[in-house]
Amino acid sequence: MSTKPDTRTDAGHLVDVRDLSVHFELRGGTLARLFARDTGTIKAVDGINLRLRPGEVVGLVGESGSGKSTLGRALLGLVPATSGSIRLRDQDIATMSRRQLREIRRVVQMVFQDPNAALNPSMTVEEAVGDALRVHGMKSAAQRRAGVVEALERVGLSPVELFLSKYPRDLSGGQKQRVVLARAIVLNPTLLVADEPVSMLDMSVRAKILQLMLDLKKDLDLTYVYITHDLATAKYFCDRVAIMYLGRVVEIGPTEEIFATPRHPYTKALLAAIPEPDPDKMVPRDLPRGEIPDAAEPPLGCAFHPRCPEAVHNCGWESRDLRTLIEEHWLRTDAAAYDEEKALIGGLDHLDTPATTATLGVGGSSPVRAILDRMKVEDPDEPLWSGVQSIEDSEPGVTVSFEPAPSPPLRRAGGVDVACVLYPDEGP
Amino acid sequence: MTMDLTDQTVAPAAGEPVISARDVRVWYGTTRGAIRAVDGVSFDLMPGETLGLVGESGCGKSTLGRGLMGLLPDGAKRDGEVLFRGKDIFSLSAKTAYQMRGRELGMIFQEPLTRLNPLMRISQHFEETIKQHEPNLSKDEIRDRALEVLRLMGIPPTRYRSYPHEFSGGMRQRLMIGLALVLRPAFVVADEPTTALDVLVEAQIVQILNDLRHNFQTSLLLITHNVGIVAEACDRVAVMYAGRIVEQGAVTDVFKNPQHPYTQALLRSTISLTTTGLNFIEGAPPDLVDPPDGCRFHPRCPDAMNVCATKNPVNIERPGGGRVECWLVGPEDQIPPGGQQPLKQEELTVVDEA
Amino acid sequence: MRGVAARLLKPFTETAGLARWMLVAGVLLTAVFVVCAVFAPWLAPYGFAQTSSHGVAFPKLGHPSSQHWFGTDRLFFDVFSRVIWGARTALEVVLLSIFFCVAIGVPLGIASGYYGGWFDRILVLVMDAMYTFPSFLLAIVFSFLLTDVYGGSLVAVSLSLTAVYIPQYFRVVRNTTLSAKQATYVEAARAIGASDGVIMRRYLFQNVIQSVPVLGTLNAADAILTLAGLGFLGLGIQSTDAAEWGHDLNRALADAGGGVWWTGLYPGLAIVLLVTGLTLVGEGLNETLNPTLRRRRLLPVVLPGRAASTPAEEEQS
Repeated sequence: MSTKPDTRTDAGHLVDVRDLSVHFELRGGTLARLFARDTGTIKAVDGINLRLRPGEVVGLVGESGSGKSTLGRALLGLVPATSGSIRLRDQDIATMSRRQLREIRRVVQMVFQDPNAALNPSMTVEEAVGDALRVHGMKSAAQRRAGVVEALERVGLSPVELFLSKYPRDLSGGQKQRVVLARAIVLNPTLLVADEPVSMLDMSVRAKILQLMLDLKKDLDLTYVYITHDLATAKYFCDRVAIMYLGRVVEIGPTEEIFATPRHPYTKALLAAIPEPDPDKMVPRDLPRGEIPDAAEPPLGCAFHPRCPEAVHNCGWESRDLRTLIEEHWLRTDAAAYDEEKALIGGLDHLDTPATTATLGVGGSSPVRAILDRMKVEDPDEPLWSGVQSIEDSEPGVTVSFEPAPSPPLRRAGGVDVACVLYPDEGP
Repeated sequence: MTMDLTDQTVAPAAGEPVISARDVRVWYGTTRGAIRAVDGVSFDLMPGETLGLVGESGCGKSTLGRGLMGLLPDGAKRDGEVLFRGKDIFSLSAKTAYQMRGRELGMIFQEPLTRLNPLMRISQHFEETIKQHEPNLSKDEIRDRALEVLRLMGIPPTRYRSYPHEFSGGMRQRLMIGLALVLRPAFVVADEPTTALDVLVEAQIVQILNDLRHNFQTSLLLITHNVGIVAEACDRVAVMYAGRIVEQGAVTDVFKNPQHPYTQALLRSTISLTTTGLNFIEGAPPDLVDPPDGCRFHPRCPDAMNVCATKNPVNIERPGGGRVECWLVGPEDQIPPGGQQPLKQEELTVVDEA
Repeated sequence: MRGVAARLLKPFTETAGLARWMLVAGVLLTAVFVVCAVFAPWLAPYGFAQTSSHGVAFPKLGHPSSQHWFGTDRLFFDVFSRVIWGARTALEVVLLSIFFCVAIGVPLGIASGYYGGWFDRILVLVMDAMYTFPSFLLAIVFSFLLTDVYGGSLVAVSLSLTAVYIPQYFRVVRNTTLSAKQATYVEAARAIGASDGVIMRRYLFQNVIQSVPVLGTLNAADAILTLAGLGFLGLGIQSTDAAEWGHDLNRALADAGGGVWWTGLYPGLAIVLLVTGLTLVGEGLNETLNPTLRRRRLLPVVLPGRAASTPAEEEQS
C-alpha cells in the first residue's frame, strides 16, 4: 500500500473539532405548520470540542440520544453540521461541497453497527469491496481485484478466492463485519470511525473482531473513533474516552484515569451499572432515577441534573423536576391521600414547559404549601429543595422559584475534563 | 425502591417445583430437514426462584421460552413433559392452555412497543387483561389493582390514562412487566427483557426483576445472552448450546467453577471491566438440522476426546450441585477404551467463524 | 448455469399447494399461446388476411369444416388462422408496451423516490392523476392522439397501453425506493463516496425491482383485455394490418344474430384463456416473490422416539 500523505494540522492533531453543533428540525404536523408554530429542534450534537491525535483511539461512550453516532457521521460529512468546524488537513469538513466531501472519503471511513444491513444484498463480496475503488476512479477490474484481495487478506478472510463470489446472505455475522472492515480500509484511509462495530455480534466473536481492529490499527497506522454504549469494550480498546450525554461531552480524559477515578456522576453511574459476570458483585442501589429525557427539550442547566444522585443547588432546577417530584411522591401515598392531594394540586401538564418558576395548585395557597412541606419532610435529602429560592403565595396556589443556572462547561479536574458544577475551575 | 408484600395466589407446597420440564423438544419442519431447535431439555424451577437461561444466538433459548408458553408458530412440533404444579401443560387442550396464559403463566417480551396496542390507553390494557380472567371485578376494583401494580413498578398514577407511545422505553418495559404480573401468575417467562434498553435503564429493570422474586414469589425464567445480567438477577443458571442445556446449577457455583468447556469459554470471552485479554470461541454453532455426532460442542472444544465425537455425553450431577453433560466430567465407566485420547481435529479457520 | 436454473425454478420448488398449482396451470396455458405466437407462420394453415387458397375462394361465414377448423368469417378469413396470428399480435403489443413501461417507469420511480422534494411531488401528482383516470378511457384517448401521429400501428397501440399502466410501475418502484434508501448499505455507499447515480444504479436498482415481474405479468393480462377492448371499438390495429381478437369480435357481433357462433366463440375463448393464464402466473409468482405472502413449505415433523436422545428420567425430581 502506498505511504500515507501527511495529514496533520499545525498543532499535530489529525482532526480538530471546534464547537460543532448538529441540529435537526422537527417537522411538526400540518396544524403546527398551518399556525407557524415553532416545531422544535433536536440538538443532537451541541457544542462539541474534540481533537484527535494521529494513531490514537478515542472512545465516544454514551447511551441512545447522546449524539455519539451523529458526531461520528458528521466527521464523514454524512450529516450536515449546523455550526462549528471540523478541520482535517487544513480543510473544514463542515463547509465542504459534495464533490470535496467525496475526496475526504478516501481519508475518513466508517465501520457500521449492523453487519446484516451494511452490505448490499445484491453485491458479492468482491463487488462490494471493489466498489469503493471503482467509485474513486480505478477503472481496471484487474487492479480492483488486486486491491480487494489485499484488503480481504488483511482482515483475515482467507482463502480469499472462497469469499470473493459470496453474497452477504452466505456469510456469518463475524465474516460480514470483516467484509465491512475490508471495504473501509481498501481506500487506505487515515481515520476510521467505528460505530458500535461489535455490539450486534455474539460475545464469542466480539473479541476476534476487536483484536482484528487493533491489528489493523498497528499495521495500517490508523486512528480510530470508537463509538459504543459498552464501557467494558471501551476500556479495553481506547486510549482516551469521552462520555457523552444529550449531545454534550460531560467527561473526557485518558482511559485509565476515567475508569480509576470517575468524576462526573453520569460516568460513575455508567460504570456501576455494567452487569458484571461476577455473582458476588451486588446490584447497585443508588442508580440514577428516571430515563434519558426528550432531546427536543433538554433539561435546563446541567442536562443530567434530574437524574443525578449527587445534584446540588445550582444544577439548574426547573418546573419539570417539580412535576416529577410530585408524581414520585404520589407513588408513595395511599389511594385516599392521593385523591385528596390531587384535588388540591390540580393539573400538572403546564409544568412541562421548562421554566425556572412554576405556578401550581388550585385548592388554595395554604393547603398546597402544606403538601409541599409534607413532601420536604418525607425526603429532606431531595436536592431539588436546595435549588428552591422562594415559594410565594399566588392564589389559588403557589409559585415556586428556582435558582437559574447555566449548563456547566468542560473544566479541568485532575487529569480529565469534566462538565459538572461539582468540579469548578481549577484555575489557570 | 422498596416493594410491599402483596397478597399471593395459592402457593404450592414447599419443596415442590413450580415447573418441572422433562426432555422437551421443539422441532421445525423445513425443506432441508427438521430444525432441532430444542432437543431434549430438562430443568426444575422452585417457587420464587429465578433461573437464567443463557446462550448465544441460535441456541434455542427463545424457542424454549415460547414452547413452554405454547406460543410457537405454525410448523413447529413440541413434545416432552412440562409439569406446572403437577399438571402437564403440554397435553392440555388449546382452550385450557389459553385460559392459563396470563393467569398462571405470564410472558414478558423484548420490544414492549410492539406488544402494546398503540390505540389503547394503559387503563384499557389493564382492564382488558384483568377482565379476561376475573370478569366479576368492578371497574374501580380493577383500577385499584392496576394502580397498585403500577406503583410497584414506579409508574405514577397520573399516567394511568396515557397511551403507550407517551412513555419512554424503560417505562414501557415496566408497563409490560406490570401487565404480566397484575394477575399474579406463578410462572413468568421473560424473553430478553432488557436487550433493547440502555445500560442505566437496564439496571433499573434488573432491579425490578430482582425484587420480583422476593415480593411476588413468582418463579421467573430469564432468557438472555448477557452473562452479566444472569449473575446479577438469577439464583440458578442453565447454559444452552445447540438446543441442549449443557450445564445448570447455582449461579455462584457455575460461574466460579464452570465444568463444561462451553461455559468456560463463554465466561472467558465475556468482555467486562476486569478483562485483561481478549478471548473468543473458534468456529460457529452447528447447523441444527444436522448437528454433529456425539457432543455437539466437540468441533469447537479445545479439550475434546475421541469419545466426544461418537457418543452423546451423559447428563450427570456436577460437583457442587446441578447437572452437566460432558465426558471430561464423567461418567468414566461409560467411556469405551481409547475414548479418552485427545481427538484429532481439523483446525477451525475464519471460514467456520460465527 | 446451475445457479441460473435454480433461480428460475425457485417459484416451483419453494411453493406448495394452491400457489404451485396456480403457477403450473398458468405457465402451461400461457405457453400454448406463446408457442402460437412464435410459430404462427408454421402453425396457422393460412395467412391472417388470406381469402383464398390454391385458387379456391374461402366461403363467407362458412361452418367449421375439415379445411377451416374454426370456420370462416364475413370477410372470408379463416378463423383458426386469425386466432393463431392474433396471439402473435397480442403478445407483441403487450410486450412492447410493458417494455416501455419498465424502461420509463422504473427509472422515474427510482429517481423520484431517491431525490424527493418538488420533483417527486410533481411526478406523483401526474402519475396519480393518470392512475385515477378510468383506464379504458385513457387508452382510448391516447389511442386517438397517437393514431394521428403514428397511424394505426403496433407502436401507437403499445404506447396507449403504456400510458395506462406506467403509473403502477412508478408507484411500486418509488415506494420501495423510499424505504430502501434508508437502509444502512445505502449510507455505507455514500460513506465510500458513491455519487447519486451510482447509488441508484448499483445499490438501489436491484433491490427495488422485486415487485416488477409480478406487476408486469398481471399488467399483461389486463393489457390483453384493454387491447381487445380497443379493437372491439374499432380503434387501433386494422384487420388487414394484423389479426386482432378484439376486432374479430366486433365483426362477430353482427353474425351472432344470424346464428353464426364460430366467429365470436373462438377469438373470445382465446382472450379468456390467455388472460386467465397470465393472471395465474402473476398470482403464482406473487406468492413466491412476495415475502409477506409466502408460506414456507412446512413439512410435517416426526419426532423420533426417546432412544435417540439422552435419557433424563434418572434425574431426581
